[in-house]
Amino acid sequence: MPATAAQVLGDRLDTFPRLLMRHASARGGQVATREKDLGIWQAWTWSEVAAETRAMACGLSALGFKRGDNLAIVGDNRPRLYWAMCAAQMLGGVPVPMYQDAVAQEMSFVLENAEIRFAIVEDQEQVDKLLEVKEACPALAHILYDDPRGMRHYNQTFIQGLDEVVEMGRIHDKSHPDFLDGEIALGRPEDIAVMLYTSGTTGKPKGVCQTHASFITAARSGVDFDSLGPDDDILSYLPMAWVGDHLFSYAQAMVAGFTINCPESGETVMTDLREIGPTYYFAPPRVFENLLTTVMIRMEDASALKRRMFHYFMAVARRCGAEILDGKPGVAALDRQLYALGNVLVYGPLRNVLGMSRIRVAYTAGAAIGPDLFRFYRSIGINLKQLYGSTETCAAVCLQPDGEIKFDSVGKPAPGVEVKIADNGEVLVRGEMLLKEYYKRPDDTAEAIDREGFFHTGDAGFFDEDGHLKIIDRAKDVGKMANGSLFAPNYIENKLKFVSYIKEAVVFGHGLEKVCAFINIDMGAVGNWAERRNIAYSGYTDLAQKNEVYDLIRECVENSNAELSHDPMLSDSQVHRFLVLHKELDPDDDELTRTRKVRRGFVADKYRVLIDSLYSGKQSQFIETQVRFEDGRTGMVSADLRIMEAKTYPPQSAKKAA
Amino acid sequence: MDTGRKIGDVILSFENISLSFGGVKALTNIGFDVREHEIRAIIGPNGAGKSSMLNVINGVYHPQEGEIIFHGKHRRDMNTYESAKSGIARTFQNIALFKGMSVLDNIMTGRNLKMKSNFLLDAIYWGPARREEIEHRKKVEEIIDFLEIQHIRKTPVGRLAYGLQKRVELGRALAAEPSILLLDEPMAGMNVEEKQDMCRFILDVNDQLGTTIVLIEHDMGVVMDISDRVVVLDYGKKIGDGTPDEVRTNRDVINAYLGVAH
Repeated sequence: MPATAAQVLGDRLDTFPRLLMRHASARGGQVATREKDLGIWQAWTWSEVAAETRAMACGLSALGFKRGDNLAIVGDNRPRLYWAMCAAQMLGGVPVPMYQDAVAQEMSFVLENAEIRFAIVEDQEQVDKLLEVKEACPALAHILYDDPRGMRHYNQTFIQGLDEVVEMGRIHDKSHPDFLDGEIALGRPEDIAVMLYTSGTTGKPKGVCQTHASFITAARSGVDFDSLGPDDDILSYLPMAWVGDHLFSYAQAMVAGFTINCPESGETVMTDLREIGPTYYFAPPRVFENLLTTVMIRMEDASALKRRMFHYFMAVARRCGAEILDGKPGVAALDRQLYALGNVLVYGPLRNVLGMSRIRVAYTAGAAIGPDLFRFYRSIGINLKQLYGSTETCAAVCLQPDGEIKFDSVGKPAPGVEVKIADNGEVLVRGEMLLKEYYKRPDDTAEAIDREGFFHTGDAGFFDEDGHLKIIDRAKDVGKMANGSLFAPNYIENKLKFVSYIKEAVVFGHGLEKVCAFINIDMGAVGNWAERRNIAYSGYTDLAQKNEVYDLIRECVENSNAELSHDPMLSDSQVHRFLVLHKELDPDDDELTRTRKVRRGFVADKYRVLIDSLYSGKQSQFIETQVRFEDGRTGMVSADLRIMEAKTYPPQSAKKAA
Repeated sequence: MDTGRKIGDVILSFENISLSFGGVKALTNIGFDVREHEIRAIIGPNGAGKSSMLNVINGVYHPQEGEIIFHGKHRRDMNTYESAKSGIARTFQNIALFKGMSVLDNIMTGRNLKMKSNFLLDAIYWGPARREEIEHRKKVEEIIDFLEIQHIRKTPVGRLAYGLQKRVELGRALAAEPSILLLDEPMAGMNVEEKQDMCRFILDVNDQLGTTIVLIEHDMGVVMDISDRVVVLDYGKKIGDGTPDEVRTNRDVINAYLGVAH
């Protein structure tokens, strides 16, 4: 006998479809999803979302989608694409969200690997891409599109509008009311809920299979941690294929029952952010950085009075803002009053312009965030925090607890997550939120998860004295210096690069006595700096070798050395000698990858002579390098590079402990 | 090419049109026709009389000789108000938008002819005036969505890049829900990407809204790619008429464009 709705809705909230049905009955009238369409925010309540999702599931089933099938989902953040995930899960299928900006060839690997038969896509653009690779993916039997614009003349029978399928499903659901409830009842928490492909910077992308149980656990721990509830609002604008968006816009929304808001288009995100005023926000560091840049540029154009007021109160905020937000004692009474005044005059309006007036909690993850940037947002009263995780761990390994924010750690392990550091410094993680497996790759799965059930993250890190995890580098990049102490090149380079004058840095030290560095200055920032000091220069190479610039960079390096000296594990990694390169490292010269990551080995080989001089104590070195211009021609750049010593500091950790 | 749309009967034709300004003959004995739902291009070197021809179509200029047959009715000339009323909308070679007004308001002005409520009701924004405004705004939002300019909805037009301004002007013309759309050099001064976008929008308008399009364009590549039929003018005379392929191989056209050895 098929299960009744009541049975399905029982107390078992262990799969996403059951969570959805529960929200529909518990808070059916509340808004679940919003989307700005034709200039107006359209809203769907939980019961409407449940009805739409059910109809979509029945429609998919009528087309032949069944338990164990994978459903590709490609497009911008559209409500119906989120619902499609749940519809697939209702039928025991697995949604596979894919990056909407991937080119057709990139998509064909995933389509083939996941044996996709059904794809739900946003619009004509995505349909065209799928048609392009259909030859190579013969399994693809149904393409369903959300937006009918431009689709009138596609007469292939395997292409259908989602509207049509939903309508078909509605009729099916009416005539077989028990069918879908029965399917939902069959779902088990240990079933695979979603498959997210890793970006594949090394080799082919891998499909990470996550179960209902793991994502619900991860979501619930985040929801409890920051006490999120049905009244919260979030803007869903990050790629649906990214684990971060899946956790925040799907899993947590389903668990906590808060509202997701889909922007009108990629270009309107800033306006939509202001209109919605989310209470909960998630963005990678570069988004926060762009926001700040926009503000700063607009402040430059403001009237003199406003500008002075802004700079005065920003200085106040830097002094005490973050401490006040953390509720720390020891802030002077005068500062408190000034901060309160600044809140009315500057910080409040600024938060409003940023669309962050209502934010209770904001997270950033995905890359290292500069301390200045981080401090800026916290100091104007936005509770920005960091988290640490990866696709394999549902993006939920460590979180920063309120009031215990450190700028250079990623916080404490989330509830129910076990984190330990391997002998080689690698971070190992165990818990409910780990991946079940890599799709069709038992070898990789076995390699990533050891016999004790620990997942090897590939990141190197350590716990500081307060139990906060600090991620320093990718484990494979971490080396040892000649005296045996830890050497984490990325960590040092990032520290240097957080200074706006330094664009790129490459440090050397593995197996060596000392750490030395190549520096690339930031042409814009240093050029500006030089102009304000009336330093004349003719181009990059000339500017880079100016004495004043060397002094400026030495100061930056020494500041970073001073910070490193406070770190017990990394105090030996202070940069002793450095030089400023005569040319910018460039992907066209194969020195950087297309995503602008330094190709360490290549750079070391190419500039071997410079490294030798750094370590031999020479004061300068002549170098001539071939460069490739944008039009494909090549030319030579040569210069006599100066090599400079930087001051280093004795380890400071003992003093701090006292 | 897609053949979803059906090219219909002749809806507008010209016979022996001549137009002169004092002693200058701008157009001499021009005759051609426009079929429903087609994209008809008028090309020619500078000063060939292309813009004059467009101005004759929507009634800015009144030809001294010739006959215009519009929807079966024979007439001597058109007048601007009437032509707008009967569904002819246009854009201009040098953008003619209200620079200080937002994109939304500019497109809204395109609805002017469709607005019926009186000034008093509009002033107090009440009853039918309010309902009407909402209707018009809906229509305008559909156009904004169609042209993908949501992100600049509230931006003053004067602050926009040239290519976007062109798109807004197209939007304003579309707001009148025209049956015939006259485009005066829609891609002039655009970069390659903007041109591609504009081509796509013109094809979409033609295909999805069924609008007949008459366009003047300098860029031969664009014209040959998107037009169904092309008229070629030179010194106010018609020297070629036909499909892009026919025009491309026409000896007179080649001479007019490349010059001829005398």
